[in-house]
Amino acid sequence: MSGRMTGLSVENITHDWGAKRALDAVSFTVAPGQFCALLGPNGAGKSTLFGLLTRLFTPRSGQIEIAGHDVSSDPLGALSKTGVVFQQPTLDLDLSVWRNMLYFAGLHGITGRAARLAASEALDRLGMEERASERVRELNGGHRRRLEIARALMHRPEVLLLDEPTVGLDAQTRSDLVAHVHGLAQDTGLAVLWATHLTDEIWSGDRLVVLHRGQVLEQGPVPVTGAALTAHFLRLTESEGA
Amino acid sequence: MRHALAALRVICHREALRFLGQRARMLAALVRPLVWLFVFAAGFRAALGLSITPPYQTYITYETYIVPGLCGMILLFNGMQSSLSLVMDREMGTMRLLLTAPLPRWWLLSCKLIAGALISVLQAYAFLAICALYGITFSPLGYVAILPALFLTALMVGALGIALSSTIKQLENFAGVMNFVIFPMFFLSTALYPLWKMAEASALLETICRLNPFSYGVESIRFALYLTPNPLAWGVCLTALIVFMALALWGYDPAKRMIGRKI
Repeated sequence: MSGRMTGLSVENITHDWGAKRALDAVSFTVAPGQFCALLGPNGAGKSTLFGLLTRLFTPRSGQIEIAGHDVSSDPLGALSKTGVVFQQPTLDLDLSVWRNMLYFAGLHGITGRAARLAASEALDRLGMEERASERVRELNGGHRRRLEIARALMHRPEVLLLDEPTVGLDAQTRSDLVAHVHGLAQDTGLAVLWATHLTDEIWSGDRLVVLHRGQVLEQGPVPVTGAALTAHFLRLTESEGA
Repeated sequence: MRHALAALRVICHREALRFLGQRARMLAALVRPLVWLFVFAAGFRAALGLSITPPYQTYITYETYIVPGLCGMILLFNGMQSSLSLVMDREMGTMRLLLTAPLPRWWLLSCKLIAGALISVLQAYAFLAICALYGITFSPLGYVAILPALFLTALMVGALGIALSSTIKQLENFAGVMNFVIFPMFFLSTALYPLWKMAEASALLETICRLNPFSYGVESIRFALYLTPNPLAWGVCLTALIVFMALALWGYDPAKRMIGRKI
């Protein structure tokens, strides 16, 4: 692996759950400013990969670098540069939007005025500032997701990881979120890894990694979009499954 | 260092907000020992004769005897509940947020432990205040001296709870922990009866009580309340805390397959 890479670099990652191989020699990179769609059906190994990227658990073999920090040897450096939105919500429903933001800020060592400023800016960026005093339980699904993205950006990460962040959202909210995160990558130079099984969330110009049964079937610039991409994806996964 | 303390502060703050939001839990935590004090102890006063054993220098009522044990009960139940809320955090996803913070995992778990222990200690003092209103009082210095004993015992039982939480898959298993860990730990200790009384009943029971680290937590509180040093109790509690915390860290080790799957 070459020295201090920026963005995200995954090399030769293998992971097992008992006898079942969840990821098999997975390698790909996401450069700063790039939106990389990790496309795969349910059970492809996307969530396992996210667990490894965020060091919830460690891989059997392989190497992950985030903003130049090796996740195994310098996990704290890597985590401090990572923003993450898990598939399962991680908000405290009984706390207010504002308290959730400050809790996260504290976990990342941002305190006092700096924390309030970062929280306010992040909420403003996602159009959530006027909801700061509401309890998270009272927010709808779309607002909760926006809050999670706002929170994930509060410590100014270099890499943003999102694991199927649009699950359960209506079409309009979904499309707004996809557009917003594409904009973030372009405007702020953030490296974005967006896991999904929905091809309409992938734009022309994005990078594509197709994951199926724990293996990378294809990677590179998005060849086609929309229905053509769905057909392409089905062809790939079916031929692999046959 | 500033980062680590900031995390400790927000974790304590969240724990306090959560506790204040759960009024039923707050009430249950106080009512449970009070029922024991007002009902159980009142009934046993007549049946149970207590001889003068350290740290007591005179005859005492049974109510006075069980106050340290009931403080221990608060720490045990609350500590376990707080630590086992990690299982709920895992189910709700908030555990991921905690464990992906750029701080060592041992510190994040310690923050959780300290936050739970602080709340337990406050509750123990609330209980002691009600005891005082009821007429069971101790020397003013005794109230100060028990603070480290209460905190150490709270940390010890909380660490056991964290270690257990890494082995529990779902919150429903809390009832199992209640029946197989909390109740035996409480009843087979010196919280309700002194060791010599247990020995009269059964040598085996006495041995179990002697091996139960919770007994030493209760004794450290009892002795501190009478400003009497008890290095053995402190030593056992500290050792148990280290062992339970080591088990907890092993349980939450990211390289361990099983916890990875549960998170």
